[in-house]
Amino acid sequence: MSGAESVGDGRSGAEGGAGEEVDRTPVPDADVCVVGAGPAGALVADRLAGDRDVVVLDAGPRFDPADRLARQERAIRPFYGRPDVWGVGGARDAHENAGDWFYPLNHARVKGVGGSTLHWQGMVMRLHEDDFNSGTERGVGPDWPIDYADLRPYYAEAEKELGVAGASDNPYAPPREEPHPMPAFEPSYSDSLFAEACEELGIDMHSVPNARNSEPYDDRSPCVGYGTCQPVCPSGAKYDATVHVERAEEKGATVVDRAPVERLEHDGDDRVTAAVYATPDGERHRQEADAFVVAAGGVETPRLLLLSASDRYPDGLANGSGHVGEFFMDHLFAGAGGTLDEETRQNHVGFYTSACDQFYDEADAEQAPFKLEFFNYAGPSPVEMALTGDDWGDPLLERLRDGYGNHIAMGGLVEQAPRADSRITLADDRTDDRGNPVPQMEWTVGDRALDTIERANEIQVEILEELGADVEWVAGPDATGPAYHHMGTTRMSDDPDSGVVDADCRTHDLDNCWIASSSVFPTSGAMNPTLTIAALALRVADDVDARLSEGT
Amino acid sequence: MELTRRDAAAALAAIGATGGVALGVRRATDDRGRPGDGEADAAWDGEGAPDDEAVREAMTAAARVLYPEEVSGIDAFVDRFLDGRLDGSAHAEGVRAAVAEVESAARSWYDAPVAELSAAERDDLLRELGADTAEEDPGGTAAERVRFFVVNELLLALYSSPTGGELVGIENPQGYAGGAESYQEGPR
Repeated sequence: MSGAESVGDGRSGAEGGAGEEVDRTPVPDADVCVVGAGPAGALVADRLAGDRDVVVLDAGPRFDPADRLARQERAIRPFYGRPDVWGVGGARDAHENAGDWFYPLNHARVKGVGGSTLHWQGMVMRLHEDDFNSGTERGVGPDWPIDYADLRPYYAEAEKELGVAGASDNPYAPPREEPHPMPAFEPSYSDSLFAEACEELGIDMHSVPNARNSEPYDDRSPCVGYGTCQPVCPSGAKYDATVHVERAEEKGATVVDRAPVERLEHDGDDRVTAAVYATPDGERHRQEADAFVVAAGGVETPRLLLLSASDRYPDGLANGSGHVGEFFMDHLFAGAGGTLDEETRQNHVGFYTSACDQFYDEADAEQAPFKLEFFNYAGPSPVEMALTGDDWGDPLLERLRDGYGNHIAMGGLVEQAPRADSRITLADDRTDDRGNPVPQMEWTVGDRALDTIERANEIQVEILEELGADVEWVAGPDATGPAYHHMGTTRMSDDPDSGVVDADCRTHDLDNCWIASSSVFPTSGAMNPTLTIAALALRVADDVDARLSEGT
Repeated sequence: MELTRRDAAAALAAIGATGGVALGVRRATDDRGRPGDGEADAAWDGEGAPDDEAVREAMTAAARVLYPEEVSGIDAFVDRFLDGRLDGSAHAEGVRAAVAEVESAARSWYDAPVAELSAAERDDLLRELGADTAEEDPGGTAAERVRFFVVNELLLALYSSPTGGELVGIENPQGYAGGAESYQEGPR
């Protein structure tokens, strides 16, 4: 660890300085250059590192594991916003919004080694079989060029790599051969309250897979209940991609932090030749390699391709289709909550233990797939509540007792259909700290998703009312927001005119360039994307390895 | 409810301070009279940066008005918490500077150190400083810094500890590594 990144008291932008002694010069004779040290890049690097010379370039810093508790303090104290927890913000992470919907990009990502798995909640479901054939089965969006069966073995591997606690009690989940690596977390007390209401209504509850240790796994602690999973797990029980970054380094991979890749260069044979990156000392370097894997997420991946425009690719690298940046999707939140006349035992942990996929596969052209979540963190956290307000002593304690104890809530995620006018482009007149155009978000959501949010709300309110809750809020179409799942901006397709990468996630235009990211999702489904990102990354690594062996 | 050594350790763990080690070393000062007993630290005269003992006395005095009546063991809790928090970091310097602000106001407005004020006077002092209505900000106004480094510092310590959580009805509050069992259990 460089140790240069610090968690001081002030609000932080892009953290770290340029003074430390770290070799950020290119690795000679590299086989594979991976851009991005989030989950996809880390898994690709780890999978290839034993047999190949791998170098990983990441725009952000390495975060010192010793700082995680201090980051937890930031997560709790009201002064700090979410971007402050992991040092997001400032000129490095500037961006523009130009769409119908505002997108809080710097709340939605972590830039640095580990990527956004550092602040994710850790929910890991497989996409359903129909999600891969949405056009055929639901009449919305394209089919993926691969099926669930193509990804099924990689899903199993991804579950082992991340360490997933789950159970085979979900009758709506796609088929699987083997149990999860760890037993599921036991249901919460409030799950038992929901269960009675759901039984009355004929609604099924089941466990939910967590990339979070329910028992010691992979030399990491089981969950100890810090309750701040999102945005930081101090115990290491929640998987993050530093696990595979470190494993890749142990196998010989080189990881260079604070090395934003500014462009990819190519030759006349449509092969990427180098990643041009900057370092904190103001230098620029060229990392050459035989193969390149872009794993920079759903926003920075299209941005990098667009920044890499050349005479041959005037609209951006790998953009012969013209679709780079288009079809930006996120999952839409639907929720409802209120209070009961009894204790509900919330905020002991920061994750949920039960879900409902019962309505997921009712999806068609009018109704999007959606899933329901039974929260364990409804209402205020007393410790956070104590740090706001103008009272202390006995009046504060009385307020905390009045405010905590009987909240209950449900959430849910809804699929957003892909549309070309929901997209990432380059801003015309705003640049980052290196002088490169920043990403411009144009997030546009269609009526199918909004109507589906209303449908999800109806079920949620019905359950809460069956419970006897006083429903106090509903997050419907007018109050929805993104789940911070960036998808779709370099979509996968068999037809080079219809997408950016092929079924192997290799770019149609450049033979030695792959994309490992949710940016390749043609449609999004409504399941949290990271397990699918991981499965695709493992598959990408196998394809890179095979093609390097073949010399193609 | 009595705050214990375990509560101080838990509060320090919630914020990543180094108190786990420090708590293993019993300070010689633990046995002497504490603030509120009429023994303000004679080593610091209110000028310049307060030393650790002055910080401890002022923070303990503040905690006595910030914490609810039914909490006991405040002196030892705050003392042990500060063992881990006054660690030479920028944050510790912020605590010292904020305590200096509070002491300066106490001596100017009440002609006495914080520790020698009555509970009502300490409460008034913090409110007159604006720490009740200010939002915490470590680099903000004096009121905002006192809110961050004194008021919220102490409230965070209390309510992220198991005893502080239990006061409210949650034995595993956010920030406390209370295990993955309590969320499964019903009301007690």
